[in-house]
Amino acid sequence: MSRKLNLRERYQRMTRDLAWEPSYQSKSDIYPQMEFEGIKIEDWDKWEDPFRLTMDSYWKYQAEKERKLYSIIDAFAQNNGHMNVTDARYVNALKLFLTGVSPLEYAAHRGFAMVGRQFPGAGAQVACQMQSIDELRHVQTQIHTISHYNKYFNGFHDFRHMHDRVWYLSVPKSFFDDAMSAGPFEFITAISFSFEYVLTNLLFMPFMSGAAFNGDMATVTFGFSAQSDESRHMTLGLEVIKFMAEQHPDNIPIIQGWIDKWFWRGYRLLTLVGMMMDYMLPKKVMSWREAWEIYFEQNGGALFEDLARYGLRMPKYWEQTIEGKDHITHQAWGIFYNYTHAAAFHTWMPDNEEMDWLSAKYPDSFDQYYRPRFEHWREQAEAGNRFYNPTLPMLCQTCQIPMGFTEPGDPTTIGFRASDFEGNRYHFCSDGCKDIFDNEPQKFCQAWMPVHQIYQGNCGGATVPEVLDWYHLNFGVDNFDYEQSPDKKNWDKWKGQAAEEPEAPDEAA
Amino acid sequence: MQIDIKTADIKPIRNTFDHVARRLGKDKPASRYQEATFDIQPETNFHYRPLWDPEHLLYDRRRTAIEMEDWYTFRDPRQYYYGSWTITRSRQQDHMEKNFAFFEKRRLVEVMPAEWRDKVATLLVPIRHAEYTANLNNCYMSAYGYGTAITQACLYAGLDHLGIAQYLTRIGLAVGDGDTAVLDAAKVAWIGDETWQPLRKLCEDLLVTKDWFELFVAQNLVLDGLLYPLAYDRFDRVISRHGGSALAMLTDFALEWFGESSRWVDATLKTAAAESDQNKAQIEQWANAWSTRVIEALTPIAVAEFGAEGEATLAEIRAELVTRAKKKSGLDLQ
Amino acid sequence: MADAKNMVYLALQNNEDARPIIEAIEEDNPHAVINHFPAMVKIDAVGKLIVRRETVEEKIGREWDPQEIHISLVSLSGNVIEDDDEFGVERDN
Repeated sequence: MSRKLNLRERYQRMTRDLAWEPSYQSKSDIYPQMEFEGIKIEDWDKWEDPFRLTMDSYWKYQAEKERKLYSIIDAFAQNNGHMNVTDARYVNALKLFLTGVSPLEYAAHRGFAMVGRQFPGAGAQVACQMQSIDELRHVQTQIHTISHYNKYFNGFHDFRHMHDRVWYLSVPKSFFDDAMSAGPFEFITAISFSFEYVLTNLLFMPFMSGAAFNGDMATVTFGFSAQSDESRHMTLGLEVIKFMAEQHPDNIPIIQGWIDKWFWRGYRLLTLVGMMMDYMLPKKVMSWREAWEIYFEQNGGALFEDLARYGLRMPKYWEQTIEGKDHITHQAWGIFYNYTHAAAFHTWMPDNEEMDWLSAKYPDSFDQYYRPRFEHWREQAEAGNRFYNPTLPMLCQTCQIPMGFTEPGDPTTIGFRASDFEGNRYHFCSDGCKDIFDNEPQKFCQAWMPVHQIYQGNCGGATVPEVLDWYHLNFGVDNFDYEQSPDKKNWDKWKGQAAEEPEAPDEAA
Repeated sequence: MQIDIKTADIKPIRNTFDHVARRLGKDKPASRYQEATFDIQPETNFHYRPLWDPEHLLYDRRRTAIEMEDWYTFRDPRQYYYGSWTITRSRQQDHMEKNFAFFEKRRLVEVMPAEWRDKVATLLVPIRHAEYTANLNNCYMSAYGYGTAITQACLYAGLDHLGIAQYLTRIGLAVGDGDTAVLDAAKVAWIGDETWQPLRKLCEDLLVTKDWFELFVAQNLVLDGLLYPLAYDRFDRVISRHGGSALAMLTDFALEWFGESSRWVDATLKTAAAESDQNKAQIEQWANAWSTRVIEALTPIAVAEFGAEGEATLAEIRAELVTRAKKKSGLDLQ
Repeated sequence: MADAKNMVYLALQNNEDARPIIEAIEEDNPHAVINHFPAMVKIDAVGKLIVRRETVEEKIGREWDPQEIHISLVSLSGNVIEDDDEFGVERDN
């Protein structure tokens, strides 16, 4: 009897050995997207499989995770688990998640299906297809987990419709549209490497730890269940970058350009997450500043040391993110406070204890630049002059965030850049965003900018209520401050009732 | 302190998402399949045209000649979302693990007559390369298709085919008693042996087919619909009659899968054909054209398997496919 | 400092399935540092972290496939090393 194959050999027989060199059709017809980005791959056989799961093992381990996850989701629903969160303000973080992040999981699913078909190497195909199905898992388990919250809170009810229209949701939507509309090598650099490897902890840890700290056991469970898929995705990201770098020296400047672009786009996208961490969690995990220090400055530092041997360096403008970590979350919260009337989640001003936490976590910026305005707004609200911004904000053409960021080194001056292209002027929040546009102006001038679209009359009408209606945002229900919201009224009622004599079980529960 | 809050009056304020309620006709509790499927794919307001296909949008109905008012008219009768698909497959794979272990432990490879071990090695194992093609094709449909209802099911099918390719690889190792020479020989045959060239050519032709729904018809209805009954049913029975009944343990997944998957394929085509006369005519045209090509491609294999009866066997299988398409999907094939 | 460039970690769920794995890691990697977070354990080390099949099997009393770690893994950092007898991460800058 022949010797048993080892894991590596067995896996190769099960994957790359299935493929063959075509002769009846040309390779470039079967894989038409391989040349146009300028990336040169001499030998797909040099691809090192980042992990080695055959389908039978995949089904086995994933099914076990699914069984556990769904039994917890069921128990959560049965036991009204949503009542265990710290307070209902926390639920607004989940609204941001379902409307902003879950649709990105779907986009990743389709994007990885695309590259899983377009890459000529069978090892890479299988790894990408496995990520595609994992991402489908994530969007569907997120929907199932958060479905329970949709039954008891507002703002979740039409997440798909909102993602494609609401002004702040074009930030995540355009991020993934950008990646998917790029070629396969850029897509995988953007998502597998920059997003799933460099920055992933800054998306997942805040939401999942935030859930854990605030009593949301369903989301915690989903989070940990998904994270184990993420560890496979991280290994793919690292392998992809090493493979491309090792295949040909001509690839290096192209890859570096993508690393620069996608680091910056990812950093801007994460503003929303940072804001969530600092302002939307009743019980805080850590500050955005701390998270950036641990997960980017330290972790990212080690990673780019690894890659220095290929001639790759830290992403351009990384120093600005060190300076920015003291500011971006406060600036973002300020924007949303201005526009709560047009957002599908509630906002509030931090109370004194929360302000003190922010002072302690941001000793170089909070008291100097942000506490004064927040206290002023709070006073105004208490005096009956709650301010809502009646005009629409200018958005950065690239990241599509309202232009509320400031100049690096000068937090009293709005950051403002511009470029002219084919007779039009475009505006940006930073050098990073301007560079991205200037490299591909014919692409970025196409963007569906929510504010422009409203002014062009494409969003339901000329008034805010008409636009909100077009968003399927329920006026007076989904928007405005938390204090006056139906969410809070319901929460107080439920919490209050819990101490009374139990009534007969409700068949709707 | 946890008070018994279960019995307090905590009524839900809605039963499901609005987009689901719109499809159900009213706000009522929805199934996991419904919540995971309806309207999840974006349809509008895309930001940038794909660099790799500037004539179309990121998600574009025009990537196929098939037209649907609503791409969520399609339903998977199995109601597979990720969780239910994975859990179902894990039970099947558990069963297969036991079968492979039993085969190995009981040295069943020695029970098979050498001539028939050889036939398995040369006539069944090379099909793993066609299964790999089916994986890539379904991945293409999932990537470029329209609407979560179809595209999620295509990815499940693609990975199912990869799983079957891997089971065939293990069968190759099993009949070779662990020796990889069987796999190497199967590949050499796939590349150069005249029995396999027509099928290999067909596979490569499928890989350059652009209309993803045409590919669905060609791969999932026609090629699967003719190859599976040939290889996993007819051929398997012949092997069993000649002392190779243990093989059935190892091909069990493929045969069971085909029955299950056919329900989805049939329902999908029924929906598309019922939508319009143009759709029906287009599907029939594709199915007839590809049937002729697939029969040509499978003929040398059928002859190698059944000798003089090879062509008749294939004709029988084709007739069954025509009957199935009429009965299950309302299609009139030749 | 050279050490900082070669940090690796494995993060595992802090539950029944993962307990023997965490114990095995502690036993086979004396240089590792165990950090506890809500529902999660993060194990940091300089250079290399290894999970040995044999060690885990001793603790659970049945055969164990290193790939089973996928059920409990939350996150990792470093280059993955994997064969029939072990699963781990390493870094060597």
